[in-house]
Amino acid sequence: MARYESLLDACGGTPLVGLPRLSPVVPEGAPPVRLWAKLEDRNPTGSIKDRAALFMVREAEESGHLRPGDTILEPTSGNTGIALAMVAKLRGYRLVCVMPENVSTERTQMLRMYGAEIIFSPAAGGSNQAVATAKQIAAEHPDWKMLFQYGNTANARAHYETTGPELLHDLPTITHFVAGLGTTGTLMGTGRFLREKVDGIQIVAAEPRYGELVYGLRNIDEGYVPELYDASVLTRRFSVGTRDAVLRTRQLVEVEGLFAGFSSGAILHAALAVAHEAVKAGKRADVAFVICDGGWKYLSTGAYGGTLNDAEEALEGQLWA
Amino acid sequence: MAIEVRVPTILRSYTGGAKIVEGAGDTLAELIDDLDAKFNGLKGRLITPEGGLHRFVNIYVNDEDVRFLGALDAKVKDGDSITVLPAVAGGALGFAAAAALLGGL
Repeated sequence: MARYESLLDACGGTPLVGLPRLSPVVPEGAPPVRLWAKLEDRNPTGSIKDRAALFMVREAEESGHLRPGDTILEPTSGNTGIALAMVAKLRGYRLVCVMPENVSTERTQMLRMYGAEIIFSPAAGGSNQAVATAKQIAAEHPDWKMLFQYGNTANARAHYETTGPELLHDLPTITHFVAGLGTTGTLMGTGRFLREKVDGIQIVAAEPRYGELVYGLRNIDEGYVPELYDASVLTRRFSVGTRDAVLRTRQLVEVEGLFAGFSSGAILHAALAVAHEAVKAGKRADVAFVICDGGWKYLSTGAYGGTLNDAEEALEGQLWA
Repeated sequence: MAIEVRVPTILRSYTGGAKIVEGAGDTLAELIDDLDAKFNGLKGRLITPEGGLHRFVNIYVNDEDVRFLGALDAKVKDGDSITVLPAVAGGALGFAAAAALLGGL
């Protein structure tokens, strides 16, 4: 279908494209091992987060948590904020985003363009300061509504009801699904759906491993695991460093013409790992993975050009996924 | 050859400031015991008194989460690279902790 009543109705239904040049070569006579990319950058605001934003707002409206004219407060490092800003604009809400100050300038520019207000939390202050900032804002504005993507079941449900069925429809032979692990919504929702429908499917998580500056002196006793996370949905979980994520992001555009953000490169890295294992084992594999967003918002990092060392340095201390 | 272990900033007080240390063992549990013998107290930060991996600690063997490889029983061998990291939500880090607190208000 190519005609929609409004932009909100155009959310999802993204293309799944084969990557014949990046798929590993199998020995003659061996079963095929193929990589497939789900182009979530084709969503209305250019990222997979449109799905969650739309479902979270709709559910809040239906439950009465959100009423016309309300202010939504959301801590976000970028894409969810941009998606929510668009949905909020079209549905008649004000959006205030609280975000760490070390995100790319394109993201803050886009948020403001969509009409969101931004409150920065100091990057250097670490989690303690972020907690303090958020607590203070909540205390000052008890009427502001939080959708809280890390614990909102509508976030995972968006993927259970849309991303999962789309993948199964387009690739009934799917053997692996690989996505990024942030709020965990994509993997929990899509993973649960596919586990119900496809025997033996592997659900593989790729999480970003940032530079040391980002983790800083984070206290282990103050860690955080999103409420949505259920480890039993996953088969495996990979940690992907900045260098590997940049390398794969560059390969995506150089080899397949696919211009994506660095989180997609991290996901491809994990997808290639399971694909190569399948080749070694002589097993057929259709590995579908998520392109979370396009590379536009990250161009200012400078990490698309120069050597890998330069790129790693450019992204040190940044939240690149 | 030995097993290389990358230690996060917050735990380097146990390793004399070393970012990378070396240990030995056939399983992750044995490796951690070996490290604890050299860096007293480290084990207590990784493993709970009940004997499981600390909820907010992630340990990776060659970039793969050990919780999906048998946790403390995960096999390790010479030449492996182990990374210890505090658990944080991808993309939002300390921010998610703030969100959690806010969500609970």
